[in-house]
Formats: sequence, C-alpha cells, structure tokens
Amino acid sequence: MSEVKTNEIKLTRKDFVSSSEVRWCPGCGDYAILANMQRVLPEMETKKEKYVFVSGIGCSSRFPYYMDTYGFHGIHGRAPAIASGVKLANPELEVWVITGDGDGFSIGGNHMIHVLRRNIDLNIILFNNRIYGLTKGQYSPTSQLGMKTKSSPWGSVDRPFNPASVAFGAEATFIARGIDVDAKGMQDVLTRAQKHKGTSFVEVYQNCIIFNDGEFEDVSNKKTRPDYALYVEHGKPMVFGKEKDKGIIIDGSHPRVVELGDKYTPENILHHDETNPIITNMLLQMSLDAHFPTPFGVLRAVDAPTYDDLLHEQIKQAKKQRGKSTLETLFYSGDTWEV
Amino acid sequence: MTTKVIKRIDEVTIRFAGDSGDGMQLTGTRFTETTAIQGNDLRTLPNYPAEIRAPAGTLAGVSAFQLNFSSHAIYTPGDSPDVLVAMNPAALKVHLKDLKRGGVILANANAYTDRNLKLANWDSNPLEDESLDDYDLYSVEMTKLVTNALEDSGLSSKDIERTKNMFALGLLFWMYNRSMDSTITWLEEKFKNAPEIAKANIAALKTGYNYGDTTEIFTTTYRVDRAEAEPGRYKSITGNDAVAYGFVAAANQAGKELFLGSYPITPASEILHALSALRNFGVKTFQAEDEIAGISSAIGASFAGDLAITTTSGPGLALKSEAIGLAVMTELPLVIVDVQRGGPSTGLPTKTEQSDLMQAIYGRNGEAPVPVIAAQSPTDCFDAAFEAAQVAFKYMTPVLLLSDGYLGLGSEPWRIPDPKDLPKIDVKHPDKSILEEDGVYKPYLRDEKTLARPWAIPGTPGLEHRIGGLEKEDVTGNVNYEPLNHEKMIHLRDEKIKRVANEYAPTQIYGNKKGGKLLVIGWGSTFGSIHVAVERAREKGYDVSQVHLRWVYPLPNDLESVLDKFEQILIPEVNLGQLIKIFRMNFQREMTGLDKIQGQPFKASEIEAKIYEMLG
Repeated sequence: MSEVKTNEIKLTRKDFVSSSEVRWCPGCGDYAILANMQRVLPEMETKKEKYVFVSGIGCSSRFPYYMDTYGFHGIHGRAPAIASGVKLANPELEVWVITGDGDGFSIGGNHMIHVLRRNIDLNIILFNNRIYGLTKGQYSPTSQLGMKTKSSPWGSVDRPFNPASVAFGAEATFIARGIDVDAKGMQDVLTRAQKHKGTSFVEVYQNCIIFNDGEFEDVSNKKTRPDYALYVEHGKPMVFGKEKDKGIIIDGSHPRVVELGDKYTPENILHHDETNPIITNMLLQMSLDAHFPTPFGVLRAVDAPTYDDLLHEQIKQAKKQRGKSTLETLFYSGDTWEV
Repeated sequence: MTTKVIKRIDEVTIRFAGDSGDGMQLTGTRFTETTAIQGNDLRTLPNYPAEIRAPAGTLAGVSAFQLNFSSHAIYTPGDSPDVLVAMNPAALKVHLKDLKRGGVILANANAYTDRNLKLANWDSNPLEDESLDDYDLYSVEMTKLVTNALEDSGLSSKDIERTKNMFALGLLFWMYNRSMDSTITWLEEKFKNAPEIAKANIAALKTGYNYGDTTEIFTTTYRVDRAEAEPGRYKSITGNDAVAYGFVAAANQAGKELFLGSYPITPASEILHALSALRNFGVKTFQAEDEIAGISSAIGASFAGDLAITTTSGPGLALKSEAIGLAVMTELPLVIVDVQRGGPSTGLPTKTEQSDLMQAIYGRNGEAPVPVIAAQSPTDCFDAAFEAAQVAFKYMTPVLLLSDGYLGLGSEPWRIPDPKDLPKIDVKHPDKSILEEDGVYKPYLRDEKTLARPWAIPGTPGLEHRIGGLEKEDVTGNVNYEPLNHEKMIHLRDEKIKRVANEYAPTQIYGNKKGGKLLVIGWGSTFGSIHVAVERAREKGYDVSQVHLRWVYPLPNDLESVLDKFEQILIPEVNLGQLIKIFRMNFQREMTGLDKIQGQPFKASEIEAKIYEMLG
C-alpha cells in the first residue's frame, strides 16, 4: 500500500474508464474483473495518477488499455519484472500487475516466483481461465489432465499446478482467490490486496467463453456455488452449503467436511486464520480436491518486510552514514595522485 | 651488500602468472596501483581461467595479469612481456612462449616439484636444465623464505605459504624502485579484522623487498620515470568501474536517480558490484532473477522516470533482445551495456572479443534501430557511458554501449574530471500544461528536431496514458494495426535514430588529415593497438593514418567522405570481420579486414605487420 492521500474530489467508476473500446469476446469473464476494478479504485484513498497497471501478453493483458490510469503493456511473461522496476523507481506509485495463467505461470513463471519471494509492494491479479485464449485454444499450465485442446487433441498429459500453491511455495505474503461472476467477493479481495503491504497475489477464476466455457461451472453457477465454494474470512468458522449446514474440521492431520448439527457447530469447527500457514496450505490442497469445496477469499495475509522499503531504507541509512555524497567524493575515493 | 646499478628505462611489460589460487590478479592489481601513484602511464590485461579454482598446478588453472607501464603515453598492455613472474611450472609452460628473448623470469623454485613439473608437462626441471638459457632467470625459493620469515608468526603453514605472492610483489617493488607504502596501507585495511594476517603479508612483502636489496643475485634495479601527462588529479580505474562512474555522473547531471537492473555475468559483474556499493549516492541496484528481468525492471524504472540501465555480456544480450525491442517501441530512455566476451554460446567467458557488433546493431525482431556506442579504452568507458545516457534521454531511445572484457577488466590512469566541467543533461517531464484543448495527452507527439516523444511519468495528474509493445498510432500512441500507419511509424523510428548522428563531432583523422595511402579504421578496444601500430609505422615514414569510430550505429554522416580520402582501408577487428561487412553494405569500395579471434586483444605488432604488408 502506498502513501495514503485523500482525494479532493470524490472519484467515480467513470474516472477509471479509458476511451479505448474494450475488445474482449462478448461474455468473457474479463469484463467482470475490469468492472470490479473500476468500482473498487474510487473507494480507495489513492490518487488516480498514482496508479500504474502493468501487464504481459494474453487476453487479460489488454486490461491496462481499458483503465484510464498510467499503464504499460509489456512483453510475454515479464510484467512482474517491469512492475518491480516501476515500483522501485517511485515507491509512491500504486502498481497493479495483470497476468494470465500462461503469461504469469508458463513463460513468466520465473519472474512470478521471484517477485513473490521479494515481497515488493505490488498487487498481482492472475486471470486463470486454464487455457490459452489469445493464441486460440492450447492447454495451459493450469489446464486439467486429459483436457482436449488444439494442442492436446488426445487429451493433455501435462499435469497442472495450482497457482495459489505456487505462490505459497514462493513465500507470498498475501494470497486470495475470487471468481469472475461474484462481484462482491472479488471487490473484497481486490480491496484487501491493495491495502496489503507487500506482494498481493489474487487468483481470479475467469471463464473463457470461446475455448474453455464452463471450466468453473460448479462454483460459477449460482445454484451449485454454495455447495462447492467455501468463502473464508479471518477468525470466522469455515461454513458452507446452501443451508450453511456444512463445515470443515481437522480430523487427525487431515481436513474433513462435516454436517453441522448437534456434534459440529460453527463454534467448534475450524476457524480461518489467514496468518497460519498450516491453514493456508490446507485450503490450497483442498482447491484441486474434488472431495472439498473450493476456497475463496483471503487465504493468507502476513506481514513481512518489503523489498522496496528495505532498499529505500538502505539508501537513507547509507546517505546518513557517509554524509554528503557528491561526484567529487566518488571520483576522489581510493588512491589518487597529482600530476 | 653489493653496489647496485640503477638503470633508467622507458617502458616495461611485466606478466604475473601463477596458479588460480596464487593471488596473481591481486599481486598485479597492487603493482598497478603503486605504479599509477608513482606517475607512470600504464595499461593492464588480466587473463584468467573461467574456473574459479581449476585443479592446482595444471595448465588449465593458470591465471595471469599483464601490466605495461612507461614514462611516456601508452595505449596497450604491451605485446610481449619483458618480465615473467612464474609462480609454478604450469605458469612458465603457458607463458614462456610470449616472453621476449632475454627477458627476465622470476620463479618460485619451491613450486617446481616433481608433481607440479609433471602436471605441467615438463620432462625435467627447466630451472635446473638448459631450457631457459636464453633468458635472464632468477630462481628464488620464495615459499621457503617466507616460511623462515614467518616461523614465529603462529600462523599455519598454509597461511604462511599464501603470502608468497607478497614476497614476489616486494621483490618487484625493489627491482622497479616502487614504494611499498600504499600496499602496506591496503593490507592493513583489507585484513583489519585479522591483524595477524595483515602482519604476515606485510612481513612477506618486506622480505621480498629486502631479499632483492641484500642478495647478490640481483645487480640492477630499474627506474621508469613519471610519464608526462596533462596536469590534474589521477586515479587508476578499470573500464567496468569507469562505466559505473559514468552513469552515476550522468544521473547526477540529469537530476535523476540511477536504476540498474542486472543479472551477474562475466565479465560485466563488476559494474553491478561497483554500483551496488553506491547506495549513499541513491543508486538503486536490482539483482534480478535473470537477464530478462534485469532489462525488464530497467524498462519499468525508465517508464517511472529513472535513468535506467542494464548490464550484461553477449549471452545476456541475446536474452534481452525482445525487451530491447519493447524499449524501442515504447521509446523510453535506457542504456544496455554489453561487456563482450568470447562466443558463441558460453564461449570464452573470461576472454575478450568484439563479436557482438552485429548482435548489438541488428539482433532484434522487426525493424528495431538502436544507437550503438563503443568505448575505446578503460577510461573512455566513463565518457561513453555518459554520452550514451545523454543520447538516450535526448532521443528517448534505448542505447547500446559496447565494451569488452579487455576494457572492462583492464585499467589505466584516469584524469579525474572536475564535476563542474561535466555538462548538465536537460531532461523534461511534461505536466498538464502541455495538454491541448481536447485535454488528451499525446504520448507520441514528437519533437520536430529530434523526433523524440515526451516523457510523461506516472504520478503526473492529467497525463495518464498507456504504452506497450503493440504498434502505435502516430501522435496518439493508441494501439493501431493499419498498414500505412505501421509503415509511417517504422520510418519515424528509423529516422529518429538516424538523427542521432547529428550529435557527433566531426570524424577525427590521426595522421594525414588530407588523406593518403592507408587508413586504419577500427571501433572499440582495438584503439590502443591500432594507435601504437600506426604511430610506429609513421615514425618509420609510412603514409598511414587512423580513424576510430565512437558510434557504430548510426555511422557518422561524414564517414564516407573521410574514407574517400584514402587509397586503402584496413579494418582490424577481434571477430570475423563484422564492421567490414557493415561497411560493405554502406560503401562501394575496396577494404581489407584483419581478423584475430583468439580471446586476446591485438598486439600492436600484428597490426603493424599488416600495415607494412599493405604499403609494400
């Protein structure tokens, strides 16, 4: 989170809508993410000119063109590195990284793990549609085994990973998940992401209507979502189900879904603790396991020093220790002699 | 004590050679510092293996450092050494062939054991048979002498043995009438947390010095007078350090913060090291996860308003190609430094080469013109870096700065500039006042003279805009795929870079300004060797001149008219003739190439021989 400034004039959603015509396919999940971002930002206390949206390549990476903020459409996979440079150059900027499952976790996987490790104060949104859209339908590193695509007509034999688990493995200090069809849930995590100091990683399940329609059907469909989605909130019990009749407990060393009733009540089941890595890891493991609901919300949020703070603090200290540093002091350092 | 003769000489080349663990780079560097302080002109050439510690005693593990110093101006580290310090049999084996006939060999006799002799493929001990009869051999039991001197030091025999390089250094200090003071101060500082080690090294240094003074083996010492030089304050500097200083100076003169995004790579890492130490100057260094992140972070920092640079060598430049194209498209100031090394692929990481010229000028997808500047000496790296930054800002473009291992690691005396004499660099960031009636910022509205676009930086109210790698519409910068717009933008970017040539000073001819029989033209680190060769040939009465290119892209506007003044053109390059290929695309005339591609710079004598061959 950057320096808080109060806006003199209250900004509205329209202030963040650029004049560029949005060119995603009709019905694409990206529209919802854009709309939610444009609703969230006016509510924040950051001035409009302080925002920078940085992206890589892919459908999602067109996002910055549609925001009336500073924006940089980079090259494939490199958005985290570009954004790191932006933030280190000017720590007062509020920098968002927009990426997809191919951009952020295939070609740009290396940058992703390292930006998370460094904990630079950026906000990353991963648009995960489990497919390559812009190149017209090849499987991605998050596509499920057996999935038939243009480049896997016999079914994919490429085992996917769970991006949020990768983020956790890379020591991310903030991990959250939303889904395109749930405006409220997404706005909550976007708001929390910007407020978090350090790298915020937000995975959004996003439907690709052309090449992978219905990939997230169980959690997208309003009818089935309550039974398949678990919304977690810090300090609150892990309850889900249409009738709020199901919960999560720890049985031995494993989580288990239980029916709430006489034995299990919201009071005695597992409560979410976003600072507890054991709970975060458990939620991440549940994500790809058909026996469990898919967790949404803030899965992890911990405090840790940020790279940008450490760097600028080091500069401050060095200036203090060494006193006035001019070109003379630099040039004349070490052994010199007069001719 | 015998009477010693002091002989005055004009120029000496010493090569320190030993095992990778013998501390030869350090010994050479200390001798260099001392020699610099004593006012000689000098040039150095470190030459070490890519392996940090190849097996001890082997030919592969030999590390060397060559120093040429003189009482007059010099431009190269010397062709053939006058003195070879051979700390073990392998060092002697590798370097003996370069030593001048009758040259001095200073050997550590204790290292010439049966095992080491065998490892270095000597059939018998060359210190004891007749194989070195043509040389002036000094076989000294250095290890034994330091062991005796330090027997009460309480140090382990291993620690004591490691001081033998200081013994050798001390002996050479005596031979060449150098003071030990600066090395003593340096040792005290370096080992301030291990005073017993500092003491032992100082004792070894003095033992070496006194050994020369008191034994009867050495009858002559040499005096190399101070070189005539422009008055001023000097320091010895390597090319890589000079690059770092150049960018700090440019950032300072532009009122900018300096950002370096870089991934360690030989032989460019010293720039990262030097700048990382300068936090007190506000320098932001970012050791990225890879080469691509190095340049990408720099592009981000440039977008946000810093003087952004990235440093690398050939393999890293290849990885950065796509991102350089992004900087071309987004028209952001950025300097990419390539300290070239032997290629292709991993090639010869620690050796020098000029084989990235084509890569620097042409190595990108699409029509992606980038100005390319080449430094010609270690101290010139300072000026080249400064100039690269000036052009990057003024033309809103990435600029490629070519150095190489020879310049980057080599050193020479640098006349420290008065910061007040450095030009200010005018950098403007627009604010809302540039908006026209429509209130829309136009990121690709160009300056009429330079065709540079404005550099509005994030944080400026009212100028919010988006840029990226997709083709831009002229003026508005909006994404645009129209055929004629694309062609127009290609031409605009091309024309903008061509106009960089308007900045150049007129091409300087050393020699016959009106033209003549032969012009030797080069670029980058061949400057010194070419200069010495041309100077020697001119002294002998040959009609030969020199031109050295500073900017290799775009070429100077007056270059063709300069070439036309000469009957013959010779282009020496440490590659297979890359500049000459570019010349052949541009100039319809006969030209002769001279290529050397051995991981070593040209000797002046090699170019000199070619001059005589061409002039008959």
